[in-house]
Amino acid sequence: MIDLTVFVVLVVLGYVAGSLFEKRHFRSLEKREAAQLSQPIVTLEDVSYPEDQIESARLVSGSAVISVDYFKRLLASLRNIFGGKVKSYESLLDRARREALLRMKESAPDAMAIVNVRIETASIGRRANKKGVGCVEAMAYGTALTFRK
Amino acid sequence: MIVTNIETIPGKRIVEHFGMVSGNTIRAKHIGRDIMASLKNIVGGELKGYTNLLQESRRQATSRMIKQAEELGANAVVNVRFSTSSIAQGAAELYVYGTAVRVETGGAAT
Repeated sequence: MIDLTVFVVLVVLGYVAGSLFEKRHFRSLEKREAAQLSQPIVTLEDVSYPEDQIESARLVSGSAVISVDYFKRLLASLRNIFGGKVKSYESLLDRARREALLRMKESAPDAMAIVNVRIETASIGRRANKKGVGCVEAMAYGTALTFRK
Repeated sequence: MIVTNIETIPGKRIVEHFGMVSGNTIRAKHIGRDIMASLKNIVGGELKGYTNLLQESRRQATSRMIKQAEELGANAVVNVRFSTSSIAQGAAELYVYGTAVRVETGGAAT
């Protein structure tokens, strides 16, 4: 009985707090993305800028570790029985990647462009007795170019 | 030391290649962070402790790579890649590798 109560409390807490945090995070992501829109990021290696105008090039990176809430983990494990699209993990990875990209951009406010951007995802903190995603880390890195004025 | 993840350094000419350099570090999280993380696992959201831990470890791996490049006499590392692997429960390896080169400082573009 106590076990069941704890379980229900965890699910409800996960659902309420989790969706609140997620909504807040998406709002902040949208706001910050709009503010950073003028700084282009590309996955190309060469953007054919005239070389004599480029002042410096340096490596920049940004990362974020995001965890999924209890309720969504439950949904995903149910999904594992029937198969199909796991929406709760889609939003998790979306959040992690966008946050990592934004942090990378924010770490180079003077850059005119960030080229050769790569995104890497790693699942960390997985426990041996529980399978599934504990939390994911997304990391974005690229070369920030600054131009001569 | 100039570090980029593109093949060249814009505006500078590469005069010498030294081959691959790399740096790695393996980190385990400590118990305090683990407890906080398991609490955060209920409500979801960002695990700031882990983010900081991984950033710090990556910085250490990068500085090891740079040190190796300096020993070879290079002044830049190009085409840098990062990679992460979780080798054991609760520990992660962060690996960074690139090509050490020497560039002509202040040289005009070719």
